[in-house]
Amino acid sequence: MDIKVLGPGCPKCQQTEKLVKEAVAEAGVVADIEKVTDAMEIAGYGVFGTPSVVVDGEVKSVGKIPKKEEIFSWIK
Amino acid sequence: MNETLSIPRSAGRLEGSVLKEEEPSQIDWKRIIKPFILITGGFLLFFFLPMENARFTNAVMESLALAKWYAQEHVLLCLVPAFFIAGAVAVFVSQGAVMKYLGSGAHKALSYGVASVSGSVLAVCSCTVLPLFAGIWKRGAGLGPAIAFLYSGPAINVLAIILTARILGPEIGAARAVGAVIFSIVIGLFMHMMFRKEEAEKAAAAMHMPEPEVERPLWQTSLLFAVMVGLLVSATWGKPAQAGGLWSAVFSMKWLLAGGLATVLGILMVRWMRVKFYKLIIAVAAVLISAIAIPEQPLIAFSIGLVAFVTLLTTTRGETESWFTASWDFAKQIMPLLLAGVLVAGLLLGKPGSEGLIPSSWISGLVGGNTLWANLFASVVGAFMYFATLTEVPILQGLIGAGMGKGPALALLLAGPALSLPNMLVIHSVLGTKKTGAFVSLVVVMATVSGLIFGHFFQ
Repeated sequence: MDIKVLGPGCPKCQQTEKLVKEAVAEAGVVADIEKVTDAMEIAGYGVFGTPSVVVDGEVKSVGKIPKKEEIFSWIK
Repeated sequence: MNETLSIPRSAGRLEGSVLKEEEPSQIDWKRIIKPFILITGGFLLFFFLPMENARFTNAVMESLALAKWYAQEHVLLCLVPAFFIAGAVAVFVSQGAVMKYLGSGAHKALSYGVASVSGSVLAVCSCTVLPLFAGIWKRGAGLGPAIAFLYSGPAINVLAIILTARILGPEIGAARAVGAVIFSIVIGLFMHMMFRKEEAEKAAAAMHMPEPEVERPLWQTSLLFAVMVGLLVSATWGKPAQAGGLWSAVFSMKWLLAGGLATVLGILMVRWMRVKFYKLIIAVAAVLISAIAIPEQPLIAFSIGLVAFVTLLTTTRGETESWFTASWDFAKQIMPLLLAGVLVAGLLLGKPGSEGLIPSSWISGLVGGNTLWANLFASVVGAFMYFATLTEVPILQGLIGAGMGKGPALALLLAGPALSLPNMLVIHSVLGTKKTGAFVSLVVVMATVSGLIFGHFFQ
């Protein structure tokens, strides 16, 4: 599984990345987690708002810190 | 083995020490260097502190006096309510509803209009501005609206306009708001025309908008903001210069007005936000009792009102909690910067009417009056200098007190917060040299011209 957390270095984005990592560890799934900070690359996903989470190329959340249960539902 | 043993002890030690230096050092300079510079810097600063210099000690006193004036006059009545308004904007205004006007299918004229005011509505933190900008440019309405958004974002956020109007005067506050809106549209249009050929056709890709945190009819949101802004305005209503007339009538009953609006706000919260009615009754009673018991100190009743309001927000589940969190995030981010800004402005420039470290004659020589040179200088300095959020206000207050003209002050306000050297480097990484150069020059030229015009009418 390939997970991307989109967002420059703001606190909300870092929190999202941390949550995603925790959720992946707790769910015990194998996943590549990448933080994307480049503005043009973020725009390439068509997201209007950060932090955003993309799982296997599919945009899952935009402009908010997702809840852990939500993350579980995307990765299981 | 024998050979090794036969080497004299001193030589062995020598060889050992040579070997050891080729090993990686245990001292990790990367981790030491930053705190080391900080500590040494602090030491040198205090070592050479010019306490015997009257100008310096006076400037320190000025800076503390300015901070005290802010604390007494502006924090409770203006800043704290403004944080809650900004928090409400962040939570109650749906970003998605705004962003759909900046999408690829959006009506062109409309997209410029929306982009020019979106900064005040979206209340985006500076770190989300850039991805949003890139999104609007590459996936959405195009370069023009994207530039309009990029400029207006930091230039016209609610907090900045409120504080500017409060401290620098309503006419500069209004000129800043109106100027920023016009600027963003004009600059966006110019950029669109200059680089029209380069605008490639955009793939009509799917756009992902943030979901609204709270769904609420527009009229409810508008009413909520009207009540809060009214509350802010009446609480900060200044004593008019001469008695009599409408303004002084408002002044004499401003606390009644503020209390009334606060009660309305409370009722709206009960009706729309699951706030329990009995809690509101207790809150109103607490404020009333303190207002009647100590009528000569309205700040006490106001503070109790604030505490009661926060209690209502935090003891109710749901959107009121988001509102509180968003407001707190703003406060936490901005208050330390603003304190630092006030202290530095006071140290360098002094309170209005007195001098800090920098002689007033320098300021009035450089940016006094309303010459082309003064306006251009203020625009260029503003464009390159970095102002942390809202710190432009105390700095400008000091500059105006030291003799800066109203025109150059507006020029600095219009060029300053939207641009800075670090920010230019970041924009450059997205836009490239040519477009960044064009954007910066447009901002500087327009700020200079607006300063000239404003300075001509308000001197």
